[in-house]
Amino acid sequence: MEKHILLRGNDVPNIHQYDVYVQHEGYAGLKKALGMTPEQVIDEVKASGLRGRGGAGFPAGVKWSFIPKNEPVKYVTVNADESETGTFKDRLIMETNPHQLIEGALICAYAIQAKAVYIYLRGEFWDIAHQLDQCIEDARRHGFVGQNIGGSSFSCEVYTHLGAGAYICGEESALLNSLEGKLGQPRVRPPFPAQKGGGLYGEPTVVNNVETLTNVPWIMVHGAAEYKKFGTEQSAGTKLYCVSGHVQKPGVYELPFSTTFRELLYDICGGPSVEGRSFKALLPSGGSGPVVPLNDQVLDTRMSYEDTAKVGTIIGSASLIVMDDSVDMTWVASKVTKFFKHESCGKCTPCREGTYWLDKVIDRIMAGEGRPEDVKLIENVAKNMAGITLCALGEFAANPIIHTIRQFPEDFNRHVAAKTETRPAAGKKTAPAAGD
Amino acid sequence: MAILNNPKYEDRIQWHLSKYPDKRSAVMPLLYIAQEEYGYVSQEGILEVAQLCDMDPTQVKSIAGFYTMYSEKPKGRYWLQTCTDLACALRGADEFHHDLLAYLEIEEGGTTADGLFTAEHVMCLAACDKAPMLQCNFHFMENLDLAKMKAWIEEKRAELEKQSK
Repeated sequence: MEKHILLRGNDVPNIHQYDVYVQHEGYAGLKKALGMTPEQVIDEVKASGLRGRGGAGFPAGVKWSFIPKNEPVKYVTVNADESETGTFKDRLIMETNPHQLIEGALICAYAIQAKAVYIYLRGEFWDIAHQLDQCIEDARRHGFVGQNIGGSSFSCEVYTHLGAGAYICGEESALLNSLEGKLGQPRVRPPFPAQKGGGLYGEPTVVNNVETLTNVPWIMVHGAAEYKKFGTEQSAGTKLYCVSGHVQKPGVYELPFSTTFRELLYDICGGPSVEGRSFKALLPSGGSGPVVPLNDQVLDTRMSYEDTAKVGTIIGSASLIVMDDSVDMTWVASKVTKFFKHESCGKCTPCREGTYWLDKVIDRIMAGEGRPEDVKLIENVAKNMAGITLCALGEFAANPIIHTIRQFPEDFNRHVAAKTETRPAAGKKTAPAAGD
Repeated sequence: MAILNNPKYEDRIQWHLSKYPDKRSAVMPLLYIAQEEYGYVSQEGILEVAQLCDMDPTQVKSIAGFYTMYSEKPKGRYWLQTCTDLACALRGADEFHHDLLAYLEIEEGGTTADGLFTAEHVMCLAACDKAPMLQCNFHFMENLDLAKMKAWIEEKRAELEKQSK
């Protein structure tokens, strides 16, 4: 069932080493691209249907085509900030197949005629960044990084840059600010990163996820048509699915988008981790995507962009956090809400204040002090965060709690009911309201 | 010592300054170097980084304060950060962290009396399939349990004792 376009280390031992990589099509995609015009490279990536793997699923070739041709200075920035709760795929690519990422980034750089690539890694990927630096030097020694790449007239530098612990820097405009030595907070758009004034140092910039770019060398070597044979109509290729939580075999699995949740969670991951327990709920895209009950309808859904939308959620970064029937979903909502409260960068008031209030209310509910009217209060806070912040964190932050109430009302009501039973006599002061 | 005019860091500092068209971009890597030298981001370190990056010290301080991996106060020799986020918590990370603090006899974020260990919990570290896990001075330790941690802690304590003899 598994198909390795990205996790080729599973099939070829030591492919992280330059010598092994070049023996297995390594840098062949870049060489092929250098023999084409930049426009032809973009057209091929467009034709492959490759979509951004960071979560949003935006077509990669289309993104590249937004870069203005007449600007003299352009950049590629690789988003390796991987910080969404439950996501650990980019790390595996960089550990086991780093040259394919470097090659993919260089093909993108050629396609938009960028002068440099910056790989922005989350600060915790300290060891990985040092390995990547070594790979970049190996590639440089063989003429694939630096001046006149592969003997062509194209020159490009590749650098790593370590963040220092901020989820928000996975948001592309915050990432660019961080790379410029500013606070990692989102920018006002437009101008977008692809436009003059919106990218790195104000220059047009492509920001792509690690997984997205690592697909590109394979597409160049084997062609868009071959790539489209994997996956579904609107979700071409394979995807790295990160599975964590209550399964027997958690890990990262590379599968075509046409695979169902059941095939992954039962056939590959071996079902629930504790005998006698059954699956209860799934967060398919880390903390950001809507939680769903793990029922037959969801299990038989293909893990593609279009199919997951039909069951009211997203595949996003494909960070599957699986929960069995021992889990209290209100506790889950509380955990994820705390994550967003901690990671809110503080720039936009609705997110900074909203995450604080959501956390406060859910703490109260968890402490058995919930009130029936808290549902309305939460919905009100969520409504006042949606669509009015500079980035999506404000939107995502309300997701866990709102969808828990919707999908698992019994878990939620249990806490509120517990309160009702122990409510003090009227007239006595109860727990502080959100506004106190 | 200092990081300025220190042969130990000269090459690395020059390398980071050369990577970017704007010196300001080197503020993050240089703050790591300052932290390495002083054990935390000290006031001296901030002034040196500001000079190197051509920035105002206040701006450097705001960067150091924004990101969680820069510490503005001294830590133990081993800075243990356990992930207790959802995916890890489903595999016992909360209990693991609680027991670790109890074994070290410290509160959340505290440092042991011998100055060896600081322990705290952090958000997702992208190692969800290998929980419980933590990062120790930015290197990952995975698939842990308390027995493994106890053995490791005692090993480090014995090393310290040997050094002080």
